[in-house]
Amino acid sequence: MIARRPLLAAAGAAVLPWDALIRAAHGQTPPGVLVMAKQIDDIITLDPAEAFEYSSGEICGNVYQKLTTTADGDPSRLAGNLAESWTASDDARTFTFTLRAGQKFASGREVTAEDVVYSLQRVVALNKSPAFIVNQFGFTRDNMAATIRATDPRTVVLTTAEPTATSFLLYCLSAAVGSVVEKATVSARAVGDDWGNGWLKTNSAGSGAYRLVSWRASEAVTLEANPNAASPAATRRIVMRHVADPSAQLLGLQRGDYDIARNLASDQIRGAQGDGRYAVVTQRKAGLLYVAMNQKHPILSKPPVRQAIKMAIDYEGIQRNIVPFNYAVHQAFLPEGMPGALTEKPFRQDIAAARRLMAEAGHADGFEIGFDFFSGPPVSDIAQALQANLAAIGIRPRMLPGEQRAVITKTRARGHELALLRWGSDYFDPHSNAEAFSMNPDNGDEARNKTLAWRSSWEIPELTARTVAAVKEVDTAKRVALYEALQRDHQQQSPFAVMLQDVEVAVARSGVRGLVIGVLNDRTNYAGIAKG
Amino acid sequence: MNARLRALAATAASIPITLLGLVVVTFFIGRVVPIDPVLAVVGDRAPADVVARARVELGLDQPLLAQFWRYLTDILSGRLGRSVMTSNPVWEDIGRFFPATFELATLAILVAAVLGIGLGVLAATRQGSWVDQAVRVFCLAGHSLPIFVLGLVSLLVFYAWLGWLPGPGRQGVAYQDLVEPVTGLLTVDAAIAGDWDAFRDAWWHLIQPAGILAFFSLAYIARMTRAFMLAELGSEYVTTARAKGLSERRIVWRHAFRNTLVPLVTVLFLTYAGLLEGAVLTETIFAWPGIGQYLTVSLLNADMNAVLGATLVVGLIYVALNLLADLLYRLMDPRTR
Repeated sequence: MIARRPLLAAAGAAVLPWDALIRAAHGQTPPGVLVMAKQIDDIITLDPAEAFEYSSGEICGNVYQKLTTTADGDPSRLAGNLAESWTASDDARTFTFTLRAGQKFASGREVTAEDVVYSLQRVVALNKSPAFIVNQFGFTRDNMAATIRATDPRTVVLTTAEPTATSFLLYCLSAAVGSVVEKATVSARAVGDDWGNGWLKTNSAGSGAYRLVSWRASEAVTLEANPNAASPAATRRIVMRHVADPSAQLLGLQRGDYDIARNLASDQIRGAQGDGRYAVVTQRKAGLLYVAMNQKHPILSKPPVRQAIKMAIDYEGIQRNIVPFNYAVHQAFLPEGMPGALTEKPFRQDIAAARRLMAEAGHADGFEIGFDFFSGPPVSDIAQALQANLAAIGIRPRMLPGEQRAVITKTRARGHELALLRWGSDYFDPHSNAEAFSMNPDNGDEARNKTLAWRSSWEIPELTARTVAAVKEVDTAKRVALYEALQRDHQQQSPFAVMLQDVEVAVARSGVRGLVIGVLNDRTNYAGIAKG
Repeated sequence: MNARLRALAATAASIPITLLGLVVVTFFIGRVVPIDPVLAVVGDRAPADVVARARVELGLDQPLLAQFWRYLTDILSGRLGRSVMTSNPVWEDIGRFFPATFELATLAILVAAVLGIGLGVLAATRQGSWVDQAVRVFCLAGHSLPIFVLGLVSLLVFYAWLGWLPGPGRQGVAYQDLVEPVTGLLTVDAAIAGDWDAFRDAWWHLIQPAGILAFFSLAYIARMTRAFMLAELGSEYVTTARAKGLSERRIVWRHAFRNTLVPLVTVLFLTYAGLLEGAVLTETIFAWPGIGQYLTVSLLNADMNAVLGATLVVGLIYVALNLLADLLYRLMDPRTR
């Protein structure tokens, strides 16, 4: 007869090989594979002609090459990517690019001018979210055959509708939407009129350091080194896992299951700093947090009230106490790191001066106002601090927390009064933010371009004209000077209190080096990441 | 027999009405949510013409009733549309996200049922003793501790400190993309592929999230079992059985417990249905790509095809489990015949 207890023990041992399981549980990422924990549930497509989210931009930046890019370490300097050189015609309308020889797609085929033309034409024809970056030069479905063409296998010629600053065009072409896809591969997968969009959403056909192996929404993205890349990647495989919770990211990093954690909170970053087991990589990003004041509101439309609000905010205190690692104080519409960015900070908290301005505007007793903001941290914490700051000058905000997209929907419909909002630059040129913050060519309800200035009903014919003049200025130095002057006036006049600039912090295990975080997401570079 | 058939037919007839109600409510809630669905498609920066084109493509330029009718006819033809967030047909997404939840929920309910019923019976048969008190405290903890706290503490202790269990995710990095999906259930697919390392890895990853969900569920099951058992043990037929000299084990398991099975089935099925809806917090903490997370992300992005499709499927499962519970109830309780 077999006793029950030893039998159960034996059965347990057979089902659960504890030693093996515990070994498996002890995480160490496999050699040659780098595992990154990141919130990647924003990805909705990986077709560069369509991708416009933070994570998808970053992945496209590592999978594709563009004609031009910006130099690592000096993002304001333009550099050739697929293009070896370029020239502009005297009338600043025709731009000729010569491709580098020997650039290859992951398939092994050489990148040709025909691929570049096909890629740019499919952006124009598909006309998806980021297409305006390319289309603003006057390319349309009707004229693209004539305005985007290849004259030989290594030469691409672009003809813009109007005289264009070379730097403006080159910066725009360096955006993820300017990625070059392999024509033969993509066109073979085209269905109907989709230019291969259906296939390219979840596949890749690029010449970047990596190729896409798989994307499983809200779960993982796997990249594999492109064996034909001009500069081979240091790590064979990169697995990006969606880990929404920062605490879970930190635990995984501590256990060695993740090599890099990308979304740690301030207190967790503080813990990692000075700990020899981790390396902290920091980069200012082209994202801003600002307060928008709707000019439809009769009180907010008074300049002294706008100034009072800007002077009531404790910029330094909010940054230091709430978001010491993830934001930096910044008060101009061009984020630091972008060409022409102004680093001057004319505003600091001065309650007495702000109160005087309120009295001057006839609101010494303050007023009540609706205040929309995203309900998630740290924005909700910053909103609470702002509530206290504004209360000090008599303004009583009605707190209206909401989901990010609900807040955006409301501001796009000009339904807000005060709103705490976030803005990320679309491409690496000053015009990206200048257009958003200081252009409003049509303040009517049916305007085609609903810029941030439009959303706050800020009618600015003079600033709009200056913004247009700045984008058309072909002399790069003069352009920068124009943007600096524009920002100074914008700081004083606008209904925007630009408060903070995004800072991205990645925490890596100490042996992991080489991650370059870009000012824009599509400049974040994995190619040099190596595990020690 | 005719009466039973009539009752069954009435229950079956209520299903399409329930589902229609679900579709109506979800559809119209989706339309009054203060998020523009076009934002999810074209983003915040798109010019007005791109926004207008997307609005037409989504059918949002049509009157509300026309939109609803179109959606209803699409559902009846088996089309749930395409998710904006994943670019896949919603059916395909559900086929990928639901098995993850199913695997987790099924393991959790099995553990919860076995332990919960056992503890409930134990507590009831030792009413007032330290065993009863311990079970009640244990159940109170399971009920009152927020599930995200339990999840994070579990990760901290078993994963970070002790290193006994793996961290978030359904599988280890080394096994990612290795097993060909057949059923979507990783454990089953790994077994089909004969990859026993991947099989063990998948089980290993299930332990923590399933354990947390099981703890949460067993607290409720144990409390209900205890209450049902106490009611039965206080009945006259139990006193009679004791007077007749039946063994305590026979009284508890053969007589009292058998009678508690009727209401317990409903408790178990409803708990299981609740788990199958997707445990959003558990799925978030353990980076588990389940239907709860899919539904939440879709809702926050106004991806209405995905929200409606997933809600419909979850509703269908809920109704099916309810129906099954109803049938079992009728089978087990002669009074309902």
